[in-house]
Amino acid sequence: MVVDTFPEAFTDAEIDRIFHALADATRRDIVARTMRSDQSVSALARGYDMSFAAVQKHVAVLAGAALVHKERRGREQLVRAVPETLHRAGVLLERYAALWHDRAATIEAILAEDGYPPHEASSSTRRKDPR
Amino acid sequence: MTVISSAADPQALTMTFVAEFTAPPARVWQVWEDPRQLERWWGPPTWPATFTRHELTPSGQSRYHMTGPEGEKAPGWWTTLEVEEPTRLLIEDGFSQPDGEPDPEMPTMRLEVSFDAIDSGTRMTILARFTDLDQLEKVAAMGMIEGMTGALGQIDALLA
Repeated sequence: MVVDTFPEAFTDAEIDRIFHALADATRRDIVARTMRSDQSVSALARGYDMSFAAVQKHVAVLAGAALVHKERRGREQLVRAVPETLHRAGVLLERYAALWHDRAATIEAILAEDGYPPHEASSSTRRKDPR
Repeated sequence: MTVISSAADPQALTMTFVAEFTAPPARVWQVWEDPRQLERWWGPPTWPATFTRHELTPSGQSRYHMTGPEGEKAPGWWTTLEVEEPTRLLIEDGFSQPDGEPDPEMPTMRLEVSFDAIDSGTRMTILARFTDLDQLEKVAAMGMIEGMTGALGQIDALLA
């Protein structure tokens, strides 16, 4: 395994906070709601069967993990998702998938030496098993 | 190329990858079982893998290192948890310490591999399950190195 980390890597403490923050269903739902549009904490609280203070705590956990950003506007506290943080895990998984694409291509080349030709269909057009 | 699909689930930290080959399962199994074939494809082109131990048996141990362009070594290990030749493998994969033995401080990942016989050959399905984002981040770095160096040149070399 390569031990290099690429630029903009998370620190261990950041990773711990993100995992803890996303481990809760209410907090995941808050991220989803604030991804669509900014929400005040009171508007969010109306959507859950829990107290305003409890929702405020969830928002604080998410803000600590940089999954949402809090901003005071007048008497309201607006909550906005920070999609970059949430997308990071998806980006990492895509990079990992790219590694397997290349591994499969090399396996195919090894098998071709034994006379097993590559499939004719191109990977760029075949997204689903046609059978 | 043979890639049928790949799908990532960021919340579950899993990745599923499906590829098809025209060779039968018994032949595709060999690229995992034979360390000389395995080390040709496990590491990125600029970080070729060397397997110094490889036992594809229940509780079997594998030790490998990948050697970087400056001669630096990145050691890793496998424990084969379940093996049903030539249809299924469950492997635990982790980072090693500089002495080549598993680093107990580092998180591990699991690879579940199935080899299904299909009319045209074999469908190989990889289900990779990460225990945390830190592990995924380090492993994904390999995918990025691969992308930057261009695996196609190496594949052409293999086919020549």
